[in-house]
Amino acid sequence: MQTFDLAAQGLRALNSTLHGLKGQTNQTAWEIINPKGAHAIAVGLDAPVDVTVRGSTGYYCAGMNKQATVRVKGSAGPGVAENMMSGTVIIDGDASQYAGATGRGGLLVIKGNASSRCGISMKGIDIVVHGSIGHMSAFMAQSGNMVVLGDAGEALGDSLYEARLFVRGSVKSLGADCIEKEMRPEHLALLADLLKRGEADHLAKPEEFKRYGSARKLYTFNIDNASSY
Amino acid sequence: MCGIVGLFLKDPKLEPQLGAMLTDMLITMTDRGPDSAGIAIYGRPEKGKAKLTVQSANPDADFATLADDLGKAIAGKVTGVVKDTHMVLELPEDRLEAARHAMRDLRPKAKVMSAGEGIEIYKEVGLPKDVAARFEVSRMSGTHGIGHTRMATESAVTTMGAHPFSTGADQCLVHNGSLSNHNSVRRVLRQAGMTFETENDTEVAAAFISHKLQEGAKLGEAMEATLTDLDGFFTFVVGTKNGFGVVRDPIACKPAVMAETDQYVAFGSEYRAMVNLPGIDNARVWEPEPATVYFWER
Repeated sequence: MQTFDLAAQGLRALNSTLHGLKGQTNQTAWEIINPKGAHAIAVGLDAPVDVTVRGSTGYYCAGMNKQATVRVKGSAGPGVAENMMSGTVIIDGDASQYAGATGRGGLLVIKGNASSRCGISMKGIDIVVHGSIGHMSAFMAQSGNMVVLGDAGEALGDSLYEARLFVRGSVKSLGADCIEKEMRPEHLALLADLLKRGEADHLAKPEEFKRYGSARKLYTFNIDNASSY
Repeated sequence: MCGIVGLFLKDPKLEPQLGAMLTDMLITMTDRGPDSAGIAIYGRPEKGKAKLTVQSANPDADFATLADDLGKAIAGKVTGVVKDTHMVLELPEDRLEAARHAMRDLRPKAKVMSAGEGIEIYKEVGLPKDVAARFEVSRMSGTHGIGHTRMATESAVTTMGAHPFSTGADQCLVHNGSLSNHNSVRRVLRQAGMTFETENDTEVAAAFISHKLQEGAKLGEAMEATLTDLDGFFTFVVGTKNGFGVVRDPIACKPAVMAETDQYVAFGSEYRAMVNLPGIDNARVWEPEPATVYFWER
C-alpha cells in the first residue's frame, strides 16, 4: 500500500504520480490521506489500480477515470466521476450535484444520497445510488443504467434518450418525454447484476423497482439505429 | 462564482474564537472570489447601547474628531474605535437613528456599513486574507458571523459593491449568484421608501428582505418570499441579531454545504471551507435542499 499525504505533498504531485502509473504496475494499492475537501483528486487515472481516499473530496474527484477503482471514505463534491470512461468509483457518503455527468462507461456507486442532476447527459455509465437523488437527474441521459434505491426528485429523465432508469422509491415528477415502462425479465436480470456490482444486493431486490425510459416522442428515434444505443 | 462562509455558535465557549474561525474559512474561499471580501460579525448586545460601523476613503481626516462631533450632534456619549478604513462608533441605542441622520451632514462622503445592537460589517477590495488582516477579524469574538469572497458579475469591483449588504438594523445578506430582475424590484422598493447605495443586484435582495421584515414578516417568511419574487440564481445567507438563515433558488446550481454539531452550525460554499472547524469529522454534513428555507435563532 502506497500512502500519499495530500496536505503535505500537494495535489499536482498526487495526480502526476498517479498519471505515471501506466499499464502494468506493481504499485496497485494507494491510500490518500488528508484530502480536506480538495478539488480534482485522482482525476484522469488510466491504470488498473485501487485508490482509497480517506475523507471527503471537493469538485471533480475521479473525473475522466479509466480502469482504476477509486473509493472515497467520505462524501464527494460536485461532478464526481464526471465523464468516467471505465473502472469503478465508490462513494461511501453523499455526492453533490451532477455526479457521473456525461459518463461514458464504468460503474459509479454512491452509498448515501446524490443531489441534483445526477447522471446528467450520461452516455453509457452505470450509476447505483443507495439513497435518493435530487431534481433534474438523468437529464438528456443517452445510454447506460441508473439504479436508485431511494426516491427521485423533480423532473426525472427530462428529454431522455435511451438510458434506463430504475427507481425503487417515489418519483416526485417525471420530466418531459420520460415515462414508466414495463419491467421485463431481461431488466430484472440486468438489475440483479447492477445491484450486486453496486454492493446493494443485500439492500434491495430487483422486483421492488420500477423502470422509466424515453417515450421517444421528443427526439427522432429510429428503430434501425437501436443497436447503437 | 463567489464564496460564502457562515458560523452560528451554540457553545458560548467558542465565542472568543469566532473571528479566527471565520477568517480561516474566508481565506479558504479565496479561489471563489479574489476581488473583494467582507465580513459581518455579531457581538453580544450590551443593554442600551448600539453600534454604527462607518467607512471612509479618507479615514485620517474623517475619523479624527468623528466621535466627538457625532456626540455633540446627537447629544449623547459616543466612543469610537478606528480599524483601517472603518470606524465602529458606540452610542446610546435610542440615538442610533439620529446618529445615522447626523452622519449625512457631518461626513457626507463616509458610508454607513451597518447599524444595530450587535452587528459590525467590514468590507474592502482585495484578497480575503488582506481584507481580514486589515480589520484584525481573527481577533474578534461574537455569537455568529457571515463572510463573503466576491467574484464580481453584476456591478463594479468597489468597496460598496462588496458583500455583506446591510439594509436594516442588525440585518445583512450575502449572495452567490446573480439576479435578473433586480432593476424592477429596486424600482418597486424605492417607491416603498427603501434607499439604495449601489446598482448591485445583491443589495436589492437585502432590501427586499428588510422591507418584508419592516412589514411585519418573520425571517422565515421574508426568505420564503425571495423564491417567488426574485428571479435568477442565488444562494443567500442572511444574518439577523439573533441568528442566520439560508435559502437557495429552486434550480440550486450555486453550491452550499452545511455542518452541524452540538457546538455550532456552519455554512460553506464548499466543504473545504469547514475542514478546520472543531469536531468537523463527526459533524452532520448536508447540502441544503433547493427552494427550502433554513434558519437558526437563539
